[in-house]
Amino acid sequence: MATKGSYNIFFIGDGVATVDFGNLVNEEINKRVIALFNYLSHHPLEGMIEAIPAYSSLAVYFDMNSIRKKLSLNRKISEWIKERLDELMQNDFADSGSEQHVVRVPVCYEEEFGIDLPKIAEEKSISIPEIIQLHSSKMYRVYMLGFLPGFPYMGEVEEKLVVPRKTQPEPVLAGSVGITGKQTGIYPLNSPGGWQIVGRTPLKMFDKNKNEPCLLNAGDYVAFYPITKNEFESYQGWGA
Amino acid sequence: MSLRVIRAGVLDTIQDLGRYGFQYHGINPGGAMDHFAAQTANMLVGNSVGEAVIELHFPASIFLFQQEAMIALAGADFSAAINGEDISIDQPLIVAKNSILQFQEWKEGSRCYLAVKEKLAVQKWLNSYSTNLKAGCGGFNGRSLQKDDVISFAEKHDYSNFLKTKDSIALPWKADIIWNEGRVERIFVLPGNEWGQLTEESKKRFSNESFVIGSLADRMGYRLQTCLLAEHGDELVSSPVSFGTIQLLANGELIILMADHQTTGGYPRIGHVATAHLPLLAQKHPGDKIQFQIAHAEEAEKIFFKQQQHLLQLQNACKFRLEEFFNALN
Repeated sequence: MATKGSYNIFFIGDGVATVDFGNLVNEEINKRVIALFNYLSHHPLEGMIEAIPAYSSLAVYFDMNSIRKKLSLNRKISEWIKERLDELMQNDFADSGSEQHVVRVPVCYEEEFGIDLPKIAEEKSISIPEIIQLHSSKMYRVYMLGFLPGFPYMGEVEEKLVVPRKTQPEPVLAGSVGITGKQTGIYPLNSPGGWQIVGRTPLKMFDKNKNEPCLLNAGDYVAFYPITKNEFESYQGWGA
Repeated sequence: MSLRVIRAGVLDTIQDLGRYGFQYHGINPGGAMDHFAAQTANMLVGNSVGEAVIELHFPASIFLFQQEAMIALAGADFSAAINGEDISIDQPLIVAKNSILQFQEWKEGSRCYLAVKEKLAVQKWLNSYSTNLKAGCGGFNGRSLQKDDVISFAEKHDYSNFLKTKDSIALPWKADIIWNEGRVERIFVLPGNEWGQLTEESKKRFSNESFVIGSLADRMGYRLQTCLLAEHGDELVSSPVSFGTIQLLANGELIILMADHQTTGGYPRIGHVATAHLPLLAQKHPGDKIQFQIAHAEEAEKIFFKQQQHLLQLQNACKFRLEEFFNALN
């Protein structure tokens, strides 16, 4: 059950508290985070502004002014927040976020887009087709979004594909799919980035004109599938 | 009817008090660096505190008013002038059509806020006017102001009886911006979850030394020139950070996350600047020295509400004065 197990509460500012389930990249722990996030989306705490899920923790922003109005003057807001979060953690979140939402993401792994493929192949002593096969044969969990609007931190990448971050960030184009450590991600915008780039998706990960501008949510699963350059280009016709 | 940029400044953007509710998607709150000054400017002209303002850095844009307007500046002092004549910050002012607002010389602070009673007619993106430069969204076309940009006003008021032939007239009241007794000497910091990773020596240095803000200091964060030491701790997986989070980098430097920070981070969080002291920090620039004081949540809350109380009084006073003014005008 999602409520079982330990957690810690600490503050990351006056009015912002983090519920921490342990400093780990772990699917079960992340499921607890997402279940808690989904629960809070439907049952926001009093005075809550928003909640932010991460790998193994979740932060909650509170409106200090609205809490102050309802508390006696000698009550500390931080104490009140901690009490509310402890109370919240007594709930059973098992049903929240159990649905598995899979997003299929086409990726063109041609070297024009997967600019770091030759280097990875050489360093890991595997062929480029093998890299593509390894990267696209697994389903990845979106643990969290961060770094850029809509940037998904996904895992876990096959051991054979574990590569270090680049020593210096380099310019990366929107749609680029990168790997580093056991993580894989997709750059939603043109940005400097340090992950090794294996391909590019024609999907728009971020669209400012949509009410929900980001394609992926934490807790989603992503299945990459290879497409040719031709398919990539024709995809842009309607995907852009 | 509008405001025209006749020369672009180095980084002038439209901001409000931030975009909340989308950090789960990695969309950071952004917003004014100095919430206190942004609110003060809006209050002086009778706007609600979350109205769009222009955040100006020095050298700032030069603006042409293509319509008469009531404006106020607050925050940094860049020696503002209307048609060459000095004007004060923290004071509402009526400017005539075809007046030019420019900022002649840097005096104090880092960010100056321009509020306009006629209201900047810009679209909200995800419930906020704030400019998200990385995503190219919000504010004015998602970017900083450029030469020949024209920002329309949403309202029009007739001040001609009052202005007559003058270029501008300052209204006879000023905002008192001292919300705390005396000057704040030290920036309050709440210990972060990884405070304990600092060596005893480094903890002492954090409270006793003053730190110089390095050349890498912008809306995203301020690097501090120092080298603090940490006991070897576990590597952290990314987790949420906030405006004011102080991270310890691998090389011993500190970075204070500011308004345009990323939503999550993976460096040890040794502390968090008290919300009420963020405006003070927002007005610092490279080369400035700052000193920290470890504070309890209780103290941070106390000064936060003291500041809020001050702003509320200011808002009421401005409202009262403006009502009187408009009654006399009609």
